[in-house]
Order: sequence, then C-alpha cells, then structure tokens
Amino acid sequence: MRAGAKLGFFLLFAPLVLWLGLLIVIPHIDMFLVSIRERIGVAEYQTSLANYLTFFTEPLYLVTFLRTAMMSILATALTLVIGFPVSFYIAKIAKGRLQSALFLLTLVPFYVSELVRTFGWMILLRETGLFSTLLQWLGLADQPVEMLYNDVAMMVGLVYTSMLFMVVPLITTMESLDDSVIEAGYDLGGSGFSVMREIIIPHAMPGIVSGSIIVFMLSLGNYLTPTMLGGKDSLWFTELIYSQFIVRFNWELGAAFGFMLLFLSSLIVWGTLKLTGQTLEKTMG
Amino acid sequence: MTDPILESVSLSKRFGNFVAVDDVSFSVPEGSFFSILGPSGCGKTTIMRMIAGFLEPTSGDILIRGRSILDVPPNKRPVNMVFQHLALFPMMNIEGNIGYGLRRKGMEKAEIAARVGEVLERIGLPGIGKRKVDELSGGQKQRVAIARCMVMEPDVLLLDEPLGALDLKLREHMKIELKQLQSDFGTTFIYITHDQSEALVMSDQIAVMNQGRFEQIGSGRDLYYRPGTAFVAGFVGEANRWRGKVTRAQGGGLQLTTEAGLVITGADHGRGLRVGEEAEIFVRPEAIRIGHAVSDVAHFSNQMSGSVGSLLFNGAASRAMLRPAGGGDEIEVALPQSGEFSALKRGDEVHIGWEAEQANAFAYDPTAAAATAKASGTGGT
Ligand SMILES: Nc1ncnc2c1ncn2[C@@H]1O[C@H](COP(=O)(O)OP(=O)(O)OP(=O)(O)O)[C@@H](O)[C@H]1O
Ligand SMILES: [Mg+2]
Repeated sequence: MRAGAKLGFFLLFAPLVLWLGLLIVIPHIDMFLVSIRERIGVAEYQTSLANYLTFFTEPLYLVTFLRTAMMSILATALTLVIGFPVSFYIAKIAKGRLQSALFLLTLVPFYVSELVRTFGWMILLRETGLFSTLLQWLGLADQPVEMLYNDVAMMVGLVYTSMLFMVVPLITTMESLDDSVIEAGYDLGGSGFSVMREIIIPHAMPGIVSGSIIVFMLSLGNYLTPTMLGGKDSLWFTELIYSQFIVRFNWELGAAFGFMLLFLSSLIVWGTLKLTGQTLEKTMG
Repeated sequence: MTDPILESVSLSKRFGNFVAVDDVSFSVPEGSFFSILGPSGCGKTTIMRMIAGFLEPTSGDILIRGRSILDVPPNKRPVNMVFQHLALFPMMNIEGNIGYGLRRKGMEKAEIAARVGEVLERIGLPGIGKRKVDELSGGQKQRVAIARCMVMEPDVLLLDEPLGALDLKLREHMKIELKQLQSDFGTTFIYITHDQSEALVMSDQIAVMNQGRFEQIGSGRDLYYRPGTAFVAGFVGEANRWRGKVTRAQGGGLQLTTEAGLVITGADHGRGLRVGEEAEIFVRPEAIRIGHAVSDVAHFSNQMSGSVGSLLFNGAASRAMLRPAGGGDEIEVALPQSGEFSALKRGDEVHIGWEAEQANAFAYDPTAAAATAKASGTGGT
C-alpha cells in the first residue's frame, strides 16, 4: 500500500518535474555556463565575467534594457488602467448571461495566434490601412498616414496582447467580493470614489499584483509585437538577445543578456512588491 | 405617542411581473423596536433594501421625520443597515470597520479613535480594535456589525435577520443582548426575521408579512391572542386547526362542523362569518385545559375526550398529542406546569375542553392555508 502510494506520487509529479527540469532548470544551467565563458580564440574559451561587463559598459545595451523596462512598466500600467474598469463591470455590474458573454468576448482574441493578431493591427494601422483610408475619406488627412512602426503602435499592440492576463485575475478576485460588502460601504456614507479606494481596490489587490507581474513579464519578454509594430527607435531588449544568438552567433553575450533580463526583471518585480507592501504569498493566497 | 420617525406609504415593488412587495404601509414611532416577521421569500429584504436606498420602489413613498427620502442616495440617508451576512470589511481591522463611517463624515482621527473605543466598550468587547475580522467569533462579529452602524447614530437602524447565521444557543443570548443595546442607545430598530420567537421577545410592534403584503401589525400580544387573519393565526405561535362549514352563527359566537362530523364552537371576533361558509378554527395548545375526569372540563363550551397518542417533553413547554375519541387529527395540548400530569403515559384516557372565546374562526382562505403550511417548516423554534 505504501509503496503503491509512493509510486502514485512519483507518477503524478513526474510531468511537473520533467517540465521544470528539462525546459527550465537544465537550459538555464547551460545558459549560465555559456554566459560566463569568454572566447579567446577559435574554439578556445575561458571562464570570465567579460560578457556581463560588456552589458554594463556598452551604453546601447543598458539603455535598451532600461527603455524596455520602462515601456513594459508603462504597458502594464496602461493595461491595468484599461482592464480594471472592464473587469469591474464584468465581475460586479453585469449579471447572468451578459456577464458570461462579456467574459467570453475578452477571450475571443486569444483563439487567434499572436502573429495573426499582430498582423491584424498592421492591417489597421499601415499607410494603406483602414484608419488611414478612413481619415482621408473623412477629410481629416490629405495624404496616407503611416501609423505603424512607432512607440504608440507598439504600445497598443502590447496592451492588446496582455489584456487577458490582467482581466482574468482581476475578475476572479473581484467576483469573490460579496456585493453586500460594497453596499455596506455606501450605506455607511461612502462615495463611489471612497468605496473604490477603501474596499474594492484593497480587495482586488492580489489580482492587481498577480496580473501586473504577469503582464510586465510578458511585455518584457515579448519579441513579436515590438519587432512587427515598433519602429527603428523602439529597439526591444529581446531583439538584442535574438541578434546576438542568431545574427552574430555570439551565444556567450546572448546568454549573458538573457540572464541579465531574468535577474533585472525579478529585481524590478521584487522591488515593486516591497514598495507597495505586498507579498507574493498574499497574492497567491 | 411620539411622531413616527419612519413611515412607509403604499410601498410596492415589482420585479417584472412578480410583485415582491404589495402596497405596504406602516409607521414606526421613534425609539421603538419594529419587527417584520414572515416566511422566507415574502419580501422582507426587499422592503429593507428600499428603505436603505438600494432598490427603487415601483410606487409609494418612504418618509423619515415626515420627509420623503426617495431622492436621497443610500450614502446620504440617515439609516444604516446590518446585513443578513453582516458584510464586515475583511480588508480592515475592527477599528477600521467601526471607524469607516466616521471617516466618511470627515471626523478628526482622535475623535474617531475615542468614539470607536467607547462603542467597543459598550458592546462589551474593549481592546479588540486591532484584531482582524476573521479572528472574531460569530457572536463578536455580530456585535461589531451592529456597533459599526451604531457609531453613525442613525435615525433608524435596519437589521436583516442578523441572528440567522448564529447557532441556537448564541441566538437566544443575542436576542436579549440586542434588545438591551436597543434600549441603551435609544435607536429605532427595524428588525427582519422569519423566527417568530425573536420577533415576539424583542419587538414593541410586529408586522406579519405574507406574499408581499402586511397581514397584520400589532404588539406580540395582539398577534398571539387576537390574530387578524388565518395566516397570522397559523404562523404566529402554534395552533390546532379545524376546517369545516359554519352551521350556526349568532352574535360573535358560531359553530363549525368538520367533515368528520366534529362540532366546535368558536368566536369570529367581528369578522362576520355566515352560516354555510367554509371556515377554519384555530385553538392554541395552551388554551386547552386538560383533566382526568369529565367534571374537570364540564364548564367549557367545547369538550372532548381522547387518549394520549404521544408525549413531547420540553420542560415548561411540554405537550401531549391527543387522539380524539371521535376520530380526526391529533390535538396538541399544553401540559400544566404544576406537575399534576407528570405521570401521564401513552394511552391514558383524558378529557379536554376550551372556551369558545379562545377558538378563533376565520373564513377559509386556501392561499393563506398553503402559505402557513409551507412556512411552518421554517417558522418557529
Ligand atoms: N432582483 C430581483 N429580481 C427578481 N426577483 C427578486 C429580486 N430580488 C428579490 N426577488 C424576489 O422577491 C421575493 C422576495 O425576496 P426577498 O429577498 O425580499 O425575500 P425575504 O423575505 O427577504 O426572504 P428570506 O427570509 O429568505 O431572506 C422573492 O420571491 C425573490 O425571488
Ligand atoms: Mg432576506
């Protein structure tokens, strides 16, 4: 019986262990080993931190990283600001069939692959696209307008891609708030604003935190959207990693960049959690 | 009599075609304890939510101190509500919960702290201000929910079955405590319950509600001894009931013959029942006198004999179920507390009798009969 239980335990955990081990732990160890070696000749390597040094001494890399981080934070904030009212409406105001229908609608864009979705934005925003034609037809522009390949287009794409990952945790936490608690807030003299600030937002905090972490990480690690919608100036850090690995065959530097991305993004998340007085346990609980 | 603090005038609420509250009028004097008693789903919460401002009446008016409050939003109304499931704010500690309303009023921090401390003292829970909501017991949460409203010094406090979630023992205790709190603070309470003993113990006035309408408003004593409708007679307190045809009516007295041929005399207390009409008679178990010999009950206008079917021992409220000699349903009889019948056994022959005056007769109303039959499952304790 005991042996059977043990076997069951191993069988149940095998997929998780395999997944973590094969796809996350082992590649990362290997990546780390690659990142701390320096090429000194043809097929000749030595252990050093030179790659990491490059990251900090070459302004382009650091600036690109900071820019990417700032843009990701902005994308996260925008997603939160847009997603919160939507989630509130779906969780607390819409009732019955309307509620399920709206929730389903937020999922619909994700039935389509990210590539196609991003391409959709290109169709809308390009010079010969829908918006440009519409503006000309309305007489608001007298020549084709290019709305692609800039930070705004990229931001639109990022927010759009991330929305679901913000809305789902928000709806889940807000749905768990009893309607009568909100009513009690009004009953005791609260205005819409104070009920939102003192009751709804504190209650939704775990959802806000987990949604923001997911969106931030997804934006930071996004490759497709910045590449397709962003312009020459909107270089994304993942594009740097890609070019090191694929274009320049400099796996060592690419691996170091990858590690810096992991490390710095974790640092940002940790710092924000500390700053807002949240803990990961509270978010998960 | 003081002026009414709260008045409801022909208040109605429809949800689509369904009438949840139907032309309800009442007025509550300042400082009194007013209960609304009715079976589940009769529209009690709907009335409360209209007073609190969370629902708009379909028609009718609500007045506080003579002024309509229909245009006043919920956060500006001088009423506060203790919710059916309390609805304490889990994201705040006890202090935060109780101080919430005062903060909304823009009161000074020091003043708030003083008031919160004072009210905690008053509900007998000093020093729990820093605790979290889920660190309290059910009864403590209960008191905090009431304190949270009481610090607001509302004109009217609405309580929606606040004891529903508590276990029986605590409920009994809180009943007394609530009444105590109400007279201490001198606040007007409107209290909803489907438990008649809660209503009877605490209230100055009780409105009995059924299917969206008020059946009767009166003191507990009125409702118990002078029920105005068949529904009230069946819902408030326990009663033996017989249904049959009126075979004689004279002055206030009348005679009813059941299908089984049993003849019962009763009184219609001015309801004007006529011969040939279908009627119901209600007799309370404690209105029935029990005796060992026929002579013990000879002076009553109704007399019967029967054998003891079963005994329900419940201390002072013990009952005997009698099988009438002439057949028919068992009759519930209260046993005197003198201990005279403590040796009663199953199968013993006894004689019972009651005054016609104590037998309340009503015209038979099938909807009320159905409602009380359904309600008796949830009502009573
Ligand atoms: N928003 C609504 N839409 C439709 N019907 C409703 C709505 N709210 C309440 N009702 C109906 O109105 C009736 C009265 O409801 P209410 O909540 O007032 O009952 P209650 O007397 O408080 O019952 P309980 O003792 O079970 O709390 C019920 O039949 C209910 O189904
Ligand atoms: Mg209710």
